Amino acid sequence: MKKILSILPLLVAVIGLHILTSATDTMYYLTQMTMSAYYSLLIIGLCALMGYAGQISIGHAGFFAIGGYISAALTTRSLIPYQDSFLVKLFDSAGFLFVGQDIYGDSLLVFTPWAACGIAVLTAALIAVAIGIPVLKLKGHYLAMATLGFGIIVYRIALATEYFGEADGISEVPAFVLLPGLSVSGSFGDRVQNYYIAWGLLLIGMLLLLNLMDSRVGRALRGIHGSDEAADAMGVNTARFKLQTFVLSAVFAAIAGVFLTHYNGGIGPSEAGVMKSVRYVAIVAVGGMANLWGTLLMGIVLNFFSLRGSFGSYDDAVFGLILILIMLFAPNGILSINIRSCLRLLPGRNKADREGEV
Amino acid sequence: MALLELKQLHKRFGGLHAVNDVSFRVEPGQIKAVIGPNGAGKTTLFNMISGTFPATSGSVFFQGKDLKGKKPFQVASLGMARTFQNIKMFNGMTALENVMVGRHVRSHAGFLASMFRMPWTWKEERDIREKSMELLALLEIEEHAHTDAVSLAFGQQRAVELARALALEPSLLLLDEPAAGLNIYETAEVGRLITKIRDLGITVLLVEHDMSLVMDISDEIVVLCFGEKIAEDVPATIQQDPEVIKIYLGEE
Repeated sequence: MKKILSILPLLVAVIGLHILTSATDTMYYLTQMTMSAYYSLLIIGLCALMGYAGQISIGHAGFFAIGGYISAALTTRSLIPYQDSFLVKLFDSAGFLFVGQDIYGDSLLVFTPWAACGIAVLTAALIAVAIGIPVLKLKGHYLAMATLGFGIIVYRIALATEYFGEADGISEVPAFVLLPGLSVSGSFGDRVQNYYIAWGLLLIGMLLLLNLMDSRVGRALRGIHGSDEAADAMGVNTARFKLQTFVLSAVFAAIAGVFLTHYNGGIGPSEAGVMKSVRYVAIVAVGGMANLWGTLLMGIVLNFFSLRGSFGSYDDAVFGLILILIMLFAPNGILSINIRSCLRLLPGRNKADREGEV
Repeated sequence: MALLELKQLHKRFGGLHAVNDVSFRVEPGQIKAVIGPNGAGKTTLFNMISGTFPATSGSVFFQGKDLKGKKPFQVASLGMARTFQNIKMFNGMTALENVMVGRHVRSHAGFLASMFRMPWTWKEERDIREKSMELLALLEIEEHAHTDAVSLAFGQQRAVELARALALEPSLLLLDEPAAGLNIYETAEVGRLITKIRDLGITVLLVEHDMSLVMDISDEIVVLCFGEKIAEDVPATIQQDPEVIKIYLGEE
């Protein structure tokens, strides 16, 4: 109950922003707020992994892309040429397929968005298990490099596979009808409802993670972060808990990928890019690592400005710079900045400080 | 039946016999100490008992079960808790939260149950909190329950670490140099706490440098030197043992 109350101010802010933008005739901001919400869903999942369980991943754009690409491909690539195959018949009888039309009026046999979403998220989870079992044995830099490698592989596969549209990506992804009258789509008339779908999903994700961190599992994860060895001695199966958190964060990323792809109506290889993964890591760091609220706030703010084009062509450079500055001046996140300790890091200040202490 | 039994335990690191053919038993309800000069193999012995690394040969029986191949978290879930020579607090967590992690093997909520806060986890969570507070009270540090554990004084961190180990409801508690880094007052305090823990019915096996502490509280002492057991007896006899005196004070 306390957790539900704690997200209430956020809910008020979400509704408030809608009212504010409609009053000032700036509703176009809602589009970037919707996209920011989906990116932030990935980012809070990564926060659980990095900030709480203490395991870095520079490959989470990979899981986002796996979700987005699989959902996009399954809902756009027609299965008519294969309709006599056993597998297609099996999916059809399970109700996973439907006959649609492409923009030229040709009929298509494709997966329903719900089925595609399920398959996409499940695939991301299975890949997370397969990747996680070996790489989570690594620590620190080695884990960072291994996950970076995974991210690069996903990016290259997206870029090189005809089925995934190579450099063009996949477009004309249909709307994802969640319920009759409620669909994830980029069409102009659905802008307000999509804003609420995205933020509703983010709030649910946030609530689940807040619950998780304040529980037996959350304490065990923070324990692993504090001292792997001591957590082990307390009976925590550290390998299993790390893996489960990795999979959980991959699922968050994949869901974000699926929804944003349907919202945008397509996905391209840049979503799988390494710089995206670096950006997500930077935002978790700016948010304060083990701080879901800080991470959520920074996820929204930085993604919003990035999507508005505020950083221009220097977009990626800005995130690199943020990462450097945060590591130097505020390793506990931007909300923890202490002006005096920052001044101490400036050249020439160290000596004066030391003399002052003596 | 002995609670813990070591049988001809060996550990070799390359050409070095860190632990060489050590056997002894720990009876239920005892405080047993392992002493020896630096490099005698005490911590190595502990790490083999708790499953941190495997013995080269020999075996460890806990409650009659062979611990061969068991990882530390599995050994812990059988009811063996330990503390560390250089205190390993969970940083970023309060004293109370540290102790609550100790309830891990006595509770069950997993990822989904925790995320969805299933009603059955509410009672479990309350029990974890209450039990942990009780332990902090037992070790007389309940007023620091909500303080960040790493910001506590060293002696208080020891107490938190003990409370965390007790939260596991162990039948055997391994203490790796519980007086390391403590002054004489804090050492006496830890000695009193260890006796208190034994009086709860928990068997204690400790490794220690501090002779006064060991002689005060132990029921039996094992002396190791260069990986070998050279004596095992009650404190009064160990104090008179010429060989023990020789390794601790040097020859005349």
